[in-house]
Amino acid sequence: MTEMLKMNGIQAINAAMFEAMAADDKVLVLGEDIADREGGGVTGTMKGLSTKFGDHRVRTTPISEQAIIGAAIGAAMAGYKPVAEIMLMNFTTVAMDMIFNHAAKLRFMSGGQTSVPLTIRTLTGAGWQTAGQHSDHLEGWFAHAAGIKVVCPSNPADMKGLLMSCIADPDPCIFVENGMTLFVPGEVAADQGPIPLGKAKVVVEGTDLTIVTWSAQVMRSQMALAGLAEAGISAEIVDLRTISPWDKETVLASVVKTGRALVVHEAVRNFGPGAEIAATINEELFGQLKAPVKRLGGAYCAVPFAKVLEDAFVPQPDDIVAAAKAMMG
Amino acid sequence: MPELSNAPVPSPETLVDIYRRMVRIERNDDAIRQTVRRGRLTMPYYSARGQEVIPSAISTLLTKDDQICTIYRGIHDMVAKDMPLRPLWAEIAGRVDGTCKGKGGPMHLTHPESGIMVTTGIVGSSMPIANGLAWAAQLDGSKRVVIANFGDGASNIGAFHESLNLASIWKLPVIFVCQNNGFAEHTRYENATSVDFIAKRAASYNMPGYTVDGNDPLDMYAHAHVAIERARAGEGPTLLECKTFRFLGHVLGDDDFYMTKEEKAAAMAKDPLPALRASLIADGHATEAQLDKIVADIEAEVADAQEFGLNSPLPDVAELRRDVFAEEIAA
Ligand SMILES: Cc1ncc(C[n+]2csc(CCOP(=O)(O)OP(=O)(O)O)c2C)c(N)n1
Repeated sequence: MTEMLKMNGIQAINAAMFEAMAADDKVLVLGEDIADREGGGVTGTMKGLSTKFGDHRVRTTPISEQAIIGAAIGAAMAGYKPVAEIMLMNFTTVAMDMIFNHAAKLRFMSGGQTSVPLTIRTLTGAGWQTAGQHSDHLEGWFAHAAGIKVVCPSNPADMKGLLMSCIADPDPCIFVENGMTLFVPGEVAADQGPIPLGKAKVVVEGTDLTIVTWSAQVMRSQMALAGLAEAGISAEIVDLRTISPWDKETVLASVVKTGRALVVHEAVRNFGPGAEIAATINEELFGQLKAPVKRLGGAYCAVPFAKVLEDAFVPQPDDIVAAAKAMMG
Repeated sequence: MPELSNAPVPSPETLVDIYRRMVRIERNDDAIRQTVRRGRLTMPYYSARGQEVIPSAISTLLTKDDQICTIYRGIHDMVAKDMPLRPLWAEIAGRVDGTCKGKGGPMHLTHPESGIMVTTGIVGSSMPIANGLAWAAQLDGSKRVVIANFGDGASNIGAFHESLNLASIWKLPVIFVCQNNGFAEHTRYENATSVDFIAKRAASYNMPGYTVDGNDPLDMYAHAHVAIERARAGEGPTLLECKTFRFLGHVLGDDDFYMTKEEKAAAMAKDPLPALRASLIADGHATEAQLDKIVADIEAEVADAQEFGLNSPLPDVAELRRDVFAEEIAA
């Protein structure tokens, strides 16, 4: 039997980095404050790497998001596998040209002559009262750019396995860590290896309704299970894990079984990733649905500061229960 | 700004090589413009006519392994770096034999075999990526250098400042080549740039910065030589501000309303191409006949490439799904 270790997301990510860097000397790390001299990254996920692997491979950068992603792109084109940390997801906006116009498109625009095996790690998530410029979920922006894979893990084992896959992937990946899930301990197999990108996971099986979700909303959906059971609803929870490309097969198979789909995400609901998923379910399964597909997402505003507002911004377990009840009609 | 002592001087053969590269740029540019004007090519075209000396002098100092990043106005940089013309023409015609299978086009030409790594349509974006290529060269322990080409307008973009700072602290083997043609689209240099010489900005990033006569092969060669040697020796980046002039406006069809007839006429009277030809002959470095032969060979090469490119098949529509990722996925 494989030994199971208890660790949180930070430790899982750190373990993935150590293994990836030890296995392949083409793996590099760069970002603000990431070397040990500066503390190993804002959440300490990169701790120990510069001491173990040296300043050449692990580089603290100036506060220059365009320069960070640009340097990572160039090194990736030249055969390295850089892992670039953008401290918080909102700061990717400063490097959007590099990510959207360059990293995501260089393979296509060059007709396959160049590739950008780059991993961008970044952190976000409402719940810490960091308000409008420090906690947005922007996975929909990146999913809209063809050519970049978007990964939003929900638990430590997935964080380790999916990050290993991002690093090994021949294309650019953005790996979005959620502050709400990062500190929650979970079970990780001692030999946890790569988890394939683009594959969802059914985390709870059920028969009446499929909840399609990811990142911190997996946790909140699980918190809704008691309320759902009380209302007599057997919910299946599908953790998408990769937002682009997303696992249609697993989602559609689950919805065929339950006949109902509720998409739950923290990103703003309007024009959010849920719209894509809901539309696809409608296109593919129209005749088989027992209720219209429903979406729950962040409110149409910036993530607010006041705790009461921030809580109202994010779909909460009670909202999930209420939405599910309404769908059972 | 530091001045050069003991400026490196190109040999007569190198001067002739600079001339050959310049003719290749000019004949190719001329053919592209004719073909667009005759309606046989549809594309936005940003001619670099007048700017030939800059990449031609630099390229005589580069090896095949050295790399460049350039911009929409960068076909001269590629031609100088020995890019084969056949796939270049097929690409600008959007054909399957193009370097990028017709998916990149004139603003996104790529040809890693010739060291042409990125061509970007986003002002200023050649620099951050050139840094990364240079970082890789440093990690490889190679002597490879990377040239980042950009315009004067681009030096006002954040990416320029971030890139110079990073390259300086990391001592990257990169040369920032600002091709200062005096205009950013229609905006005059002095209406958008806070310093009289862009090279001065190098001081803020603790690297050498030189303002060079980008139309003078000797000056251009000397400064490029110093910058490239510095990069190869692991001493870090250099900023070269190469003063030049674009003869044909921002984009093909531009009517130049934003410049005076006199300044344009004065610049064109100093066209660097006939000037170099005259001096090669006057100095006894080449005969008329030798230079005519170079021109004739290049004209044949360009005509062949044009023929090849325009007759290459169109890409298959299935290409829309390919090269998005390494592996084709249904989406
Ligand atoms: C980020 C960005 N802003 C605006 C443009 C539109 N644009 C294209 S070329 C250009 C002028 C650039 O001038 P310069 O950097 O001096 O280069 P030149 O064209 O003179 O070679 C502008 C504003 C662009 N392509 N990218």
